[in-house]
Amino acid sequence: MLSSPHIIDMDDLTRDDIVSVLDTAESFKEVNERRIKKLPTLRGRTVVNLFLEPSTRTRTSFEIAAKRLSADAVNFSASTSATVKGESLADTAETLSAMACDLVVIRHKYAGAPRILANHMDAHVVNGGDGMHQHPTQALLDLFTMREKLGRLEGLTVGIVGDIAHSRVAGSLVPALRAVGATPVVVAPPTLLPASPDVLGAEVSTSMDRVLPDLDVVYMLRIQMERSTGMPFPSLREYASLFGMNEVRLAKMRPHAIVMHPGPMNRGVEISAAVADSDRAHVLDQVNAGVAVRMAAMYLLLGGDGVGAAA
Amino acid sequence: MLALLLRGGRVVDPETGLDAVADVVIRDGRIVEIGEGLTIPKGVTVECAEKVVVPGLVDIHTHLREPGYEYKETVVSGTRAAAHGGFTAVCAMPNTRPVCDTGSQVRFLLERGAQRGVVRVHAIGACTMGQKGEALAEIGDMVAEGAVAFSDDGHGVSDAGMARLVMDYAKQFSTTVISHCEDATLVRGGVVNEGAVSTALGLPGWPAAAEETMVARDIALARLTGCRLHLAHLSTARSIEHVRAAKAEGLSVTCEVTPHHLFLDETALGSDYDTNLKMNPPLRTAADRQALIGALVDGTIDAIATDHAPHAPHEKALEFELAPFGTTGLETALPLVITHLVAADVLSWADVVQLMAHGPRRALQLPAVRLEPGAVADITIIDPEARVEITPGFFESASANSAFLGASLLGKATEVLVEGRFALKNGRVVD
Repeated sequence: MLSSPHIIDMDDLTRDDIVSVLDTAESFKEVNERRIKKLPTLRGRTVVNLFLEPSTRTRTSFEIAAKRLSADAVNFSASTSATVKGESLADTAETLSAMACDLVVIRHKYAGAPRILANHMDAHVVNGGDGMHQHPTQALLDLFTMREKLGRLEGLTVGIVGDIAHSRVAGSLVPALRAVGATPVVVAPPTLLPASPDVLGAEVSTSMDRVLPDLDVVYMLRIQMERSTGMPFPSLREYASLFGMNEVRLAKMRPHAIVMHPGPMNRGVEISAAVADSDRAHVLDQVNAGVAVRMAAMYLLLGGDGVGAAA
Repeated sequence: MLALLLRGGRVVDPETGLDAVADVVIRDGRIVEIGEGLTIPKGVTVECAEKVVVPGLVDIHTHLREPGYEYKETVVSGTRAAAHGGFTAVCAMPNTRPVCDTGSQVRFLLERGAQRGVVRVHAIGACTMGQKGEALAEIGDMVAEGAVAFSDDGHGVSDAGMARLVMDYAKQFSTTVISHCEDATLVRGGVVNEGAVSTALGLPGWPAAAEETMVARDIALARLTGCRLHLAHLSTARSIEHVRAAKAEGLSVTCEVTPHHLFLDETALGSDYDTNLKMNPPLRTAADRQALIGALVDGTIDAIATDHAPHAPHEKALEFELAPFGTTGLETALPLVITHLVAADVLSWADVVQLMAHGPRRALQLPAVRLEPGAVADITIIDPEARVEITPGFFESASANSAFLGASLLGKATEVLVEGRFALKNGRVVD
């Protein structure tokens, strides 16, 4: 059981909750390696993936997670939803609630949307990414991968590099790292830092080369290349030269340090192909952990007692 | 019309030097006598013991929404809200549909106000056609129809040359240009103060500088053109500094602040994404809020104005970034001022009268409303001890999107007289 009925932002979870999710995910990860990757745990429960912003990876991860626990998983995406016809999110929430859904995963373009959902329905809500705010299951799977690869979380120094200002991944990962006793350092040009980075609780640097030797994890964020006005840096070339992860920088990292990326990667921009494909990068391990962590989150929200992963 | 005796209230008007328990006699819509132990042979007596009798309050920044957005508010519901809040007059902003940018639109509003309004309605015309900032509106025609000031409220006039043209042109009519200070190129979709809260909530930030640069620009244009300038809803400490300097220089610059910027700061947003706390300009920092209160006390601020901005529930129920800006304010302004400033000994009753009656009228050159024999009887009577619970059922406004829902406040208007007629009596609106 978790201390909160919802996972909307990292503040909903205590340190014990986080450890509980990671430990539970470990047992589910083993299930995912079996030939028959299915448990009866959530049989008869209904999980809705309410994705009102395009997403394939995250939605698929949640869908697989729900199905491996035998929940009935339904996708409700923007193109098929009533929202394009002008229905409010509150009405969508009440509609889903009337259909007796047990858990809703929401991905939405605007910050705070999961709260609207939670206020208008009885189901558990999992935030699958809201605007520039948070993406807590991404942070949890990142913690899982760090713990798996480095054996611990406490005391790690994690550099998060890139578009901090617009990143919901950073929005959740920074508080998640702090909750488990790690030290987050955000690294970006000032034009990609939020107004008050101190509020996030991270150290701040505008020099990747200066912080690189101190890091246990180098976490690269995706650079959003499609902007209508005001690119926050002069060119992708200059961005890559100042903040990109490449083989030269890889050589300056601590020997045990790892590279992570939430995907999808822009090869040649924030991460070079050579680094992406090296054994120091764990991008696919993150994706793999994602299914187990989301299974754990759903399992713990929807009861967490009775039939466990071991059953 | 029957005579009216307001008996035994504390009569306060700093313009006439009054602050004492006295009786007020009103006949044919005018004050005929103020003194002790007055009687009237026949007529209506209002017992005002323990109450405060002040010149009628005016709100110079109201969105009545009619025509075009009658589902949010109408002249009737908006003026009922004004009476309920203790105001004898409101000045309606022009961002209706169509925009109030012609003489005939002004005439419509003033006629509608005269026919159906519970309190007086003044019209503020648009500076530019359709408030688009591209071409001058017929300011002369609107002045002729009775518009009291001009504003593109809701937007800044982004082009500095256009803003200069408006002020240059408006000057010939000795009217006032009201500036909504917002540089859209700096705001860029911002919905909360840029800083700690925008970072924590992942919402686009609306930086203080977007207001301050426009304040500084418009003060420079007031200097250049000699036009009267009134700065709407200032929200930051540095905006106030600009106004202080402009006043010291002797420019015709006045300004207003809203109750929500005086009594709330950005920390009120918490993590609830409550869209009733989404306003333009946004709630600022605690330090800004303290600076605004300091500027009320030292006289830099001319007026408290509500920026009463009613919206329908289905509009405010949207995602924070999609919901419209604004909070209602007419019915909460006076109780908030009494609770947080008078009861807290920050302001005297005389200060409140300056900030809610005389100051705003001077800023827009509205006829003075004074407590003295011969004056028009626009009067507000206040019970400073009444308890006010701000619930959705409290409002006369057609909308309940108040930033102060749930507040428990002290003090409210019990009677409002407009030219000697009751608009509010025993706390109830009189049709």
